[in-house]
Amino acid sequence: MSDVTVGVVVFPGSNCDHDTEHAVASFSGVKPVMLWHNDHDLQGAKAIILPGGFSYGDYLRSGAIARFSPIMKEVIEFARKGYPVLGICNGFQILLESGLLEGALSRNRDKKFLCCRTTIKPVNCSTIFTSRYAPDNVLNIPIAHGEGNYFAPPEVLESLEEHEQIAFRYCDASGNVTPEANPNGSLLNIAGIVNPQGNVLGLMPHPERASEKQLGSDDGRALFDSLFTHISGM
Amino acid sequence: MPYTAKIKVTLRQSILDVQGKAVEHALKNLGYGTVESARIGKYIEVTINEESRDTAERIGREISEKLLSNPVMENYSLELEKVN
Repeated sequence: MSDVTVGVVVFPGSNCDHDTEHAVASFSGVKPVMLWHNDHDLQGAKAIILPGGFSYGDYLRSGAIARFSPIMKEVIEFARKGYPVLGICNGFQILLESGLLEGALSRNRDKKFLCCRTTIKPVNCSTIFTSRYAPDNVLNIPIAHGEGNYFAPPEVLESLEEHEQIAFRYCDASGNVTPEANPNGSLLNIAGIVNPQGNVLGLMPHPERASEKQLGSDDGRALFDSLFTHISGM
Repeated sequence: MPYTAKIKVTLRQSILDVQGKAVEHALKNLGYGTVESARIGKYIEVTINEESRDTAERIGREISEKLLSNPVMENYSLELEKVN
């Protein structure tokens, strides 16, 4: 059987695109393909990843300009048809700007750019991105962002909870979701959310930077594994 | 005759403005004890080549809502000025 293709979009200013490509390529049965932001062709990809970085230099707002890149028209259609789209860090910001996910990311509460390890827990393990996790897992996955402070109006937060759209929350080393474990001020300690259909995930932590032991953690690997298992069976 | 759309984008009051906070603290440190707060926004000038003021205003509002501001966390105001 031929490999399943996973598209990694490259925007001007993406800087985790090759890390993501490397992580994808480390799984058997899947093959990464780099997709230039100015193209319109998803090249037969069965899943799309919007990687981290500083698309368009974060000018205006993070993700605001990338959201209107030519390829995003196809990515948005792809997502609306129910195919999987994963946005990591800047990719999460682009998904929010594009309206595929609800809410916004503002500057970190303590003003700092944060580049550090965090612990997060999967909240909903029945999504196509989290099926290989268990609810009591505590995952060691790094963050690297200046604007990761998740905000949404109260009615959106309620809806996210009601429809089990919160995929990951920042927690302490024992898995407790506490204010102290919240690195950036995100409401409800939100680190990642899915859309109501469950085929679009955005998260601030970088699973590709925690995808092999020699990087200090391979806790992000199960996220890719969940997704690739899903698309291989599609 | 074109119009200049002068667009101000500000963070909603409910959003913590960490840049504004940093500036506020700096001003207080400079000895301006009566400074109570500072908030930072963006000012954008867009020249729109339209004859009709109504059309220029419609475009100004459309681009403000579509790209220049994020309605989830920002407000905008728009002023139109005729370019002579």
